[in-house]
Amino acid sequence: MSKGKATAAIVGPGNIGTDLMFKLIRRSDIIEPRYMVGVDPTSDGLARAKRLGLEVSAEGVDWLLAQDELPDIVFEATSAKAHSANAPRYAEAGILAVDLTPAAVGPYLCPPVNLSFNLDAPNVNMITCGGQATVPMVSAVSSVVPVPYAEIVASVSSRSAGPGTRANIDEFTETTSNAVEAVGGAERGKAIIILNPVEPPLMMRNTVFCAIPPEAGEPGELQDRLLESIHAMEATVQEYVPGYHLRAAPQFDPARDAWRGQARVFIPIEVKGRGDYLPDYAGNLDIITAAAARVGDLMVAHRLGVDTTWKSSADLGDLPDTTTMPQEAGV
Amino acid sequence: MGDMTIRPEDVPVVDREVTETEVLANATAAGGERDLRITDSTLRDGSHAMSHQFTEEQVRGVVSALDRAGVQAIEVTHGDGLGGSSFNYGFSLVDELDLIRAAVDEATQAKIAVLMLPGLATVRDLKQAHAVGASVARIATHCTEADVSTQHFGEARALGMETVGFLMLSHSTTPDVLARNARTMVDAGAECVYVVDSAGALILSDAQERITAVVEEVGRDGAQVGFHGHQNLSMGVANSVLAYQNGAVQIDGALCALGAGAGNSPTEVLAATFERMGIRTGIDLGEVLSAAEEVVRPFIPRLPWMDRSSITQGYAGVYSSFLLHAERAAERYGVPAHEILQKVGEYGYVGGQEDMIIDIALELAQEKELGDLAGSGVR
Repeated sequence: MSKGKATAAIVGPGNIGTDLMFKLIRRSDIIEPRYMVGVDPTSDGLARAKRLGLEVSAEGVDWLLAQDELPDIVFEATSAKAHSANAPRYAEAGILAVDLTPAAVGPYLCPPVNLSFNLDAPNVNMITCGGQATVPMVSAVSSVVPVPYAEIVASVSSRSAGPGTRANIDEFTETTSNAVEAVGGAERGKAIIILNPVEPPLMMRNTVFCAIPPEAGEPGELQDRLLESIHAMEATVQEYVPGYHLRAAPQFDPARDAWRGQARVFIPIEVKGRGDYLPDYAGNLDIITAAAARVGDLMVAHRLGVDTTWKSSADLGDLPDTTTMPQEAGV
Repeated sequence: MGDMTIRPEDVPVVDREVTETEVLANATAAGGERDLRITDSTLRDGSHAMSHQFTEEQVRGVVSALDRAGVQAIEVTHGDGLGGSSFNYGFSLVDELDLIRAAVDEATQAKIAVLMLPGLATVRDLKQAHAVGASVARIATHCTEADVSTQHFGEARALGMETVGFLMLSHSTTPDVLARNARTMVDAGAECVYVVDSAGALILSDAQERITAVVEEVGRDGAQVGFHGHQNLSMGVANSVLAYQNGAVQIDGALCALGAGAGNSPTEVLAATFERMGIRTGIDLGEVLSAAEEVVRPFIPRLPWMDRSSITQGYAGVYSSFLLHAERAAERYGVPAHEILQKVGEYGYVGGQEDMIIDIALELAQEKELGDLAGSGVR
C-alpha cells in the first residue's frame, strides 16, 4: 500500500464481482480496483472490467499471484470451495481477503456489528445476503435483552438466485444461522430462505423473529429501548445500503407457553437494491456487495491510518440506468 | 367389503415354487398386488390442521391403523417438513424426530416417509430422520425452483432412501415448465415426481394436462408420477382419479381429509373410489374407514372444511397452509381472513412465506383505519 491508496483484485467476474467493482470505483477513494480474475475467457464480466481499464485474466488466481505487483486486498466472489483453496495463498502473499462466499475461513463480519473487533484480521467472511440483512437487527435486539432464539426468513426473487446458490442452498441456511448466533448474539439461530418467481420480481424481504423476555413483549420502557435500538440500527445500515428499511413497525407479541414462556418481536425488512450495476429487486446482491465494499474501505483506511472516504448514494446522486439481470447471480 | 368377485386377471399364474418372503410381500396387509400406491399424509399435511400439536400417542394410533389397513407409505413430519418447527410456521408440540421414531416403531409393513423443503431443512435434518428409521424422502420445492433440490436428492439416494419429488403450487405454472422441473428432479435422483396442488386450485383438465406433461417427460426413464390434491374447490378425489387415468401411480391422501386449507383428498374416499373402479390400491376398505372414523375423527379439533377462507385459497391459488396463519392474523389485527388470503394470491406469495401474512394484515388494517377516518369526515 502506497500513496494513501490500496489496489484491489476481484476474483469471480459474475454479477456480484461486477457490482462490487462498480461500488469500489464509485464509492471508495482509497481502493483502486486493478485486477479482475475469472476462469472463463468468454465471461461478460471480464470484458466489462477490461473496458473500464482493469487488468483482466481468465487464468484464475495463478495468474493473479504471478503478477509483479500484487494487490493489497482481494475480494472473492467465487464459491466456498474455491475460496477455501485460495485463502492460504492470499495469506502467504500478505493479501487481505474479503470473502463473499460461504467458505468462512475468516470470522463472519457484519459491518455495523463487529467490524471494529476484526479490523486486523487477514481474512473476513461476509456471511450471506440474508445474514447481512438480518444479523444487524438480531444484534440490535440482543444488545438490549437476552435473545434465547432468533429466526430469520429471507425471501428473494428467483431471478436473483444464481446457480451457485441453488446448488448449495444448505450453505445459505447453515452459514446464516451460525452468524445469527455468533454475530447476532442469539443463543440459538435458525435461517430460512425462500425463492419466489413472481413477475415483476419481488424486492428482497427479510423477517427477523426474536424470542424476548415477557416484559419486553408488553408496552413499556424496555420495549421503547428495543424500538430505539432497532431504528438506530436501520439508520446505521442505511449509511452503506440506502435501500434498507423496515417495511412496517416492529410487531410485539406477548409471551406464550408455546414459545417457552417468551414473548416475540417481528421485524420486517425490505432491501431495495441501489442499482450500481444490478436491478432494484436484487437487493440481496446489493446488500452483500455494499457490505463487502464498505468493509474493504474501512479495513484499508485502518491499515493506511487514514479516514474512510466512503461516498453514500446521497453524495453520488442518480446513477445511470441499471441493466436487466444477467444469467449468473447469487445471494 | 366391496366387490368380492374374482376376476381372471386377479388369479396369479404360478409357474415355480413361491417363497415365504414373496407370499408375505404380496399379502393384503403388505398391500399385495396393486395398480397404485396411496401415501397417507395425515401425520404431515394434517399437522397444519392440528397446528403442529400431534402427540406421540396420536401418531402411534394413526400409524398402527393405517399399517393394518395396508397403506404402504405414511408421511410423518411437521406440516412444513423437517425443521418446520419455528416462529414462522408454528412450533411442534413434540419433536418430530420422536414422532418419526414412534411411527417407525408401530409400522410392520408401511414405509415411513418424511417431507423436506430445501431452504428450510438441510441434509443434516434428512440424515437425522433417516437415522431414526424414515425410508422415503419426499423433497419439495416451489414448482419452478426444482434445481434447489439437487444436493438433497443426491444425499437421499446415497442414504439408500426411496426418493420422491414434490412440485408445490403446480397450478401456478404451465404444464411445460412443470415437466421441465420434474426432469430436473429426476436427473437429480427422484424416483417419482408429484404434481402438488398445494392450493387446491387445479380443476380437472388443469390437473390432467399437468400429469400428462410430467408423465411424458419423465415416464420414459421409468420414473413414476404422483398427485397430491387439496379439497379447496372439492376436486381432490376427482383430480386423483384423473391423475391415475393419465399415468400417475402414487396418490396422496389424509384420513378425514386432515390437511391444510380445506384438507387433502380423504384417504378413505380414495380407497373406496378406486376400489369401486376396480383399481387396486392394496388397502382394506373396512380397515381404512375405521381408521378415519374411530382413530382420527375423535382427536380432530375442527374438521377441514370448504368455507369462505379455504374456498378463497382455491380460487386465488393460495398455499393451503396459510389458512390458520391468516385466521390468527385476522383476529390479531381485526381484518377479514379471506381478504388477507385474496391479497396473498394477488401478490403471488409462495409456500413458506407465512411471514408475509403479517405484512398484509398490517396493510389491510392501515387501509381500514384510513377508510374509517375518511368515513368520519377526517381528510
